[in-house]
Amino acid sequence: MAATDNRKPAVVVDDVHIVYKVYASGKLATGDAGRNGLLKKKVKLREVHAVKGVSFTIYEGESIGLIGSNGSGKSSLMRAVAGLTPIDQGNIYASARPTLLGVGAALLPKLSGEKNIMIGGMAMGLDRKSAQASLEPVTEFAGLQDFIDLPMRTYSSGMSARLRFAIAAYRDHDILIIDEALAVGDSAFRKRSEARMRELRDTAGTVFLVSHSMKSILDTCNRVIWLEKGVLRMDGDPQTVVDAYNAENGSDIID
Amino acid sequence: MDYSAYAEAHGLKRMGARPPFSEYLRDAWVRRDFAVTLSAYSNEAANSHNRLGRWWTVLLPTIQAGTYGLIFGLILQGNRPDNFLPFLFTGVFLFAFFSASFSSGASALTGNVGLVKSLSFPRILLPISSVLSQFFNFLPQLGVLALLLIGIQQTISWTWLALIPIMILMVIFASGLAMIAARLTVQVRDLSQLIPFVTRIAFYISGIFFSIDTVLSGIPVLHAIMQWNPIYDFVELARGAVVVGHEMTPHLWIATSVWAFGLFIFGTIFFWRAEERYGRD
Repeated sequence: MAATDNRKPAVVVDDVHIVYKVYASGKLATGDAGRNGLLKKKVKLREVHAVKGVSFTIYEGESIGLIGSNGSGKSSLMRAVAGLTPIDQGNIYASARPTLLGVGAALLPKLSGEKNIMIGGMAMGLDRKSAQASLEPVTEFAGLQDFIDLPMRTYSSGMSARLRFAIAAYRDHDILIIDEALAVGDSAFRKRSEARMRELRDTAGTVFLVSHSMKSILDTCNRVIWLEKGVLRMDGDPQTVVDAYNAENGSDIID
Repeated sequence: MDYSAYAEAHGLKRMGARPPFSEYLRDAWVRRDFAVTLSAYSNEAANSHNRLGRWWTVLLPTIQAGTYGLIFGLILQGNRPDNFLPFLFTGVFLFAFFSASFSSGASALTGNVGLVKSLSFPRILLPISSVLSQFFNFLPQLGVLALLLIGIQQTISWTWLALIPIMILMVIFASGLAMIAARLTVQVRDLSQLIPFVTRIAFYISGIFFSIDTVLSGIPVLHAIMQWNPIYDFVELARGAVVVGHEMTPHLWIATSVWAFGLFIFGTIFFWRAEERYGRD
């Protein structure tokens, strides 16, 4: 990292380690099996070293693709950047609190899509009036006009991911992290959301996209970071990194 | 290269660290609409599966008060405090609010996993919103209580207006309680098993169905301690406002105010200190 810096940093990740301590029950598939006496059957604390000393600097207006195989530490690292997972060593600095949008449960499964839009908007800092005003554009963006009055628990995973993306993307964010959330949408929605991500990036926002779809990564990102087993493998120009990744893992360009 | 100096030079802030207290409070205040709306919505969601819906929020405490009235009325016979039914009903209705706030505060974080995992906002809004939910439920219950009291006592007085400041103090106190319970149950899940038990004990020692003055008159030390039992103080104060033959003493006003603001401030700081731990599995 030379002194080429008239660019403003948005996120600085400095030698970050994330270790999960998990109570493991049962036996490891490898290792010393065999001794299985009554006394041996203790619950063991296992440490999973998910991210091992990753460092990089992200600048304002960059849109970063984060790739790597399952379990490579991508989501852990992004949750840490958003401040949702504590880190065990190192530091993460950010110019603003990043908003993370991940796959997962509905916000409030019992309530209608409409009410989830209200709640989501207000949790991100909108007042009641602005949240009310966001109902229509968000519903339209998510393409859920016919279902917006139904409880969110009745939505398919694609519908619920679309709604959550639409809620988060309604506001301009300084730093937005999207974790696999677009993979479940259909192609029309994917086009809309990719356009919105480019728009966010152009308004000096910084966007992280975690994805296994190399096509979305190449279409939206101008820098790609490749994590493998918790270690930074490559960081640079999208086409170069994706080519190297594909060379190792077999091509998935047909997406 | 020295990342921390570089980050500092560009005004970047360290993530994962909890925000400074004043910033945290400001963040929470900006999102107050969120807390209020969430409380209204979660009441609605809670009742959506019942046929009688919202009516349960008033039916349940009425049935409860009727049951206690019958049972304690028969058991206590000669030992009953004067003006027993208004005395008991006021106690039961107020206690229901505290116990509901306590238990819903305890599940404010553990029960809203979807929200906590997908959005970042000051988590303190969740226990506060759960108390607001209970407050919105409490308002119609208070209406029922008023009807019962007017029916029994055949009178109404200006002192009833004191219920307004009393309710404000109650909400402040309950919020402190909910914040403490919310953090404790996140850190030690097992505590959620104890909540019904704690609630039960509080019910028995707070003079809901007996007069502490009569029962503890022989044990002055215990009697003096009980004067600072917050639940008892709130219930007595409310009785002073609405039950004939009771009065709102200055001691009760002081004790409830000290408890309300003291617990609220303590609860806020206590909750904030673990902010970075909420939402991890």
